[in-house]
Amino acid sequence: MYRIVATEVPTPNSKLFMIDAPRIARRAKAGQFVVIRVSEAGERIPLTIADHDPENGTITIIVQAIGKTTRKLSELNAGDSVADVVGPLGLATEIEKYGTVLCIGGGFGMAAMFPVAQAFKEAGNKLIAVIGARNESLLLWEDRMREIADEMLITTDDGSKGRKGMVIDALKDVLAEGRKLDLVVAVGPVIMMRAVANITRPYGVKTMVSLNPIMIDGTGMCGGCRVTVGGEQRFVCVHGPDFDGHEVAWDELMARLTIYQPEEKVALEKYQCEACKSA
Amino acid sequence: MPLKPERQPMPVQDPGVRARNFDEVALGYSPEQAQAEASRCIQCKKPTCRMGCPVEVEIPQFIKHLRDGDLPNAVKALKSKNNLPAICGRVCPQETQCEAQCILAKKGTSVAIGRLERFVADWEGSQGITVPELLPATGRKVAIVGSGPAGLTAAADLARLGHSVTIFEALHVPGGVLSYGIPPFRLPRDVTRSEIDYVRSLGVEIQTNWIVGKTIDVEEMFSEGFEAVFLGTGAGLPQFMGVPGENLNGVFSANEFLVRVNLMKAYLFPEYDTPVKIGKRVAVIGAGNVAMDAARVSLRLGAEQVTIVYRRSEAEIPARHEELVNAREEGVAFKLLTAPTRVLGNEKGWVVGLECQGMDLGEPDASGRRRPVPKPGSEFVLDTDSVIVAIGTSPNPLIPQSTKGLKTGKHGTIVADESTGATSMEGVWAGGDAVTGAATVISAMGAGKRAAAAIHEYLISRTPAKLGLLR
Repeated sequence: MYRIVATEVPTPNSKLFMIDAPRIARRAKAGQFVVIRVSEAGERIPLTIADHDPENGTITIIVQAIGKTTRKLSELNAGDSVADVVGPLGLATEIEKYGTVLCIGGGFGMAAMFPVAQAFKEAGNKLIAVIGARNESLLLWEDRMREIADEMLITTDDGSKGRKGMVIDALKDVLAEGRKLDLVVAVGPVIMMRAVANITRPYGVKTMVSLNPIMIDGTGMCGGCRVTVGGEQRFVCVHGPDFDGHEVAWDELMARLTIYQPEEKVALEKYQCEACKSA
Repeated sequence: MPLKPERQPMPVQDPGVRARNFDEVALGYSPEQAQAEASRCIQCKKPTCRMGCPVEVEIPQFIKHLRDGDLPNAVKALKSKNNLPAICGRVCPQETQCEAQCILAKKGTSVAIGRLERFVADWEGSQGITVPELLPATGRKVAIVGSGPAGLTAAADLARLGHSVTIFEALHVPGGVLSYGIPPFRLPRDVTRSEIDYVRSLGVEIQTNWIVGKTIDVEEMFSEGFEAVFLGTGAGLPQFMGVPGENLNGVFSANEFLVRVNLMKAYLFPEYDTPVKIGKRVAVIGAGNVAMDAARVSLRLGAEQVTIVYRRSEAEIPARHEELVNAREEGVAFKLLTAPTRVLGNEKGWVVGLECQGMDLGEPDASGRRRPVPKPGSEFVLDTDSVIVAIGTSPNPLIPQSTKGLKTGKHGTIVADESTGATSMEGVWAGGDAVTGAATVISAMGAGKRAAAAIHEYLISRTPAKLGLLR
């Protein structure tokens, strides 16, 4: 069992967990993830390590309650435990000095992107951070991002903060202004990462995306996370999660993400039904 | 002259019933059957059966005790060489190993050694397992990576020799392929669990959720006081055919399919959270044990039609004979001399068919088996909505990726000496599928056993005074 040391509710639709996992905290690098199983009958899900503290032996993950597992996890609090945490998995993001790096995060990606953005900043890059949400209250880790970014761009769908629109609109602005970007890093929902890759392609800006497909073991065994990148079959858990966004076969990836949608719905409905019965 | 008594048949669940449940197929001998079968053994002075066994089980000895009704000593004889007999008795390919060497096989049917092994092991299980005497503690620490058959065997042998053994397992459950791969109807989970409990009872510590190469690496293990490391990491990355359409929805590696069902208990969804997708018409590519398992699991999940597609002929089928027979009895269909050329999908990205080509057998290839060659004009489409690819695995890349100085072969297998398991790194041994590529439980156990002997020798040859100098 892995103890939850602290929790926070950074936005109304997300929850942050600091989990006691000293071995993972000691070795985690930007871009890596863990696989978590909440309880005995639970499924294994991959979650990006949003932060880690080797001294205190904790890792931080941020979860948006969408399906059964993320909801179950979101009901836990400090002092509770999760059944399994394993990692750090995947290859660490290759950090280099490129020049100007634009990191763009949507949804859970706003937090998942943070360690990567920080590492690029520490490597001497000029960092432009772009985060966005439906409205101001849903922006994740704006303050932390602001601390490290040379330039901060915020978008909200309703215009309650920053530019009205989506994160990709802010990216379009930057490119339309003719500003030179040496690398774009996108972390978030697949649909957003695909849009980012499509926007940067004509500009020839190298674009790195962090993929989060269906995964079970996370160690290269099941092949559930396979994607086609540059015409080759890759396993996200051992060859990724970072790939060249211009090379990813997005349609295939998006289709694969729907494989278990009906089952996910059944699981969630059953869970909600049980939750209301016991309430 | 009286005829030699025939081999005792194994009682099994009725095929029509068992094809819809996950209970064990083979029910095991009754005590009377076991004794009758044991009496068929003629107790050869020079037992050839032992030479067919990768761990050299004292076969005639345990059978003799069984015949005489002395079960405690049968257990002792059996377990002097084999730490996991209840597992071996169920999943070993005895027909190509010990039983193939049995003298009775020359004129009739061999002694059913595997079934007797299972009987003796199950008897012990029902009595409560007794812990054998261990040698005095040496205080030497050994790390075993992977808790599959190779790792469990090496761990048990080293613990019996008095060493302090820790197993590091990547998954949340120990057992490796015994837990995630082989389905419960062939190897019930309580059997695996009690064999693992036995290994624990020898003082072996099992740490789950540790991925060596990620959570810790091999160099770190040495700095944390381990003097020897055994890598039994198993087969990893599933292989795919390399034909178009393989990433369509509805195409699964056998590993994914079996991991969902066996490890994550997807057959109990939504009681358990992990789902599994099964179509009405399933095509399983390949004809090894894993393919048979995937086909038979598909039936049990409710598939209406399950077809094994295999590019060679029946004679080349690599699966254990008994599993082939079981699969057939349960209603699995076989399309032999058939190779898939493309997976066909609909506009939503789901599988709707498997384009296949008929094959002929040509000259033998490097494996000694006749090479399948395409038969012109024999293309056809198999109507299917799920495809399970069971054509083998490549070794897991995580340890070679993270361990400098560990030599690997061209397919990513760890290079290790066949008789000792020694790798290119001092203090590091390896065995099982990680070295050989996908093979059998018993060959992995054999490798674990040989490595344990080599590690023991290494440890006793290293006096404590030398420790600081060597590393």
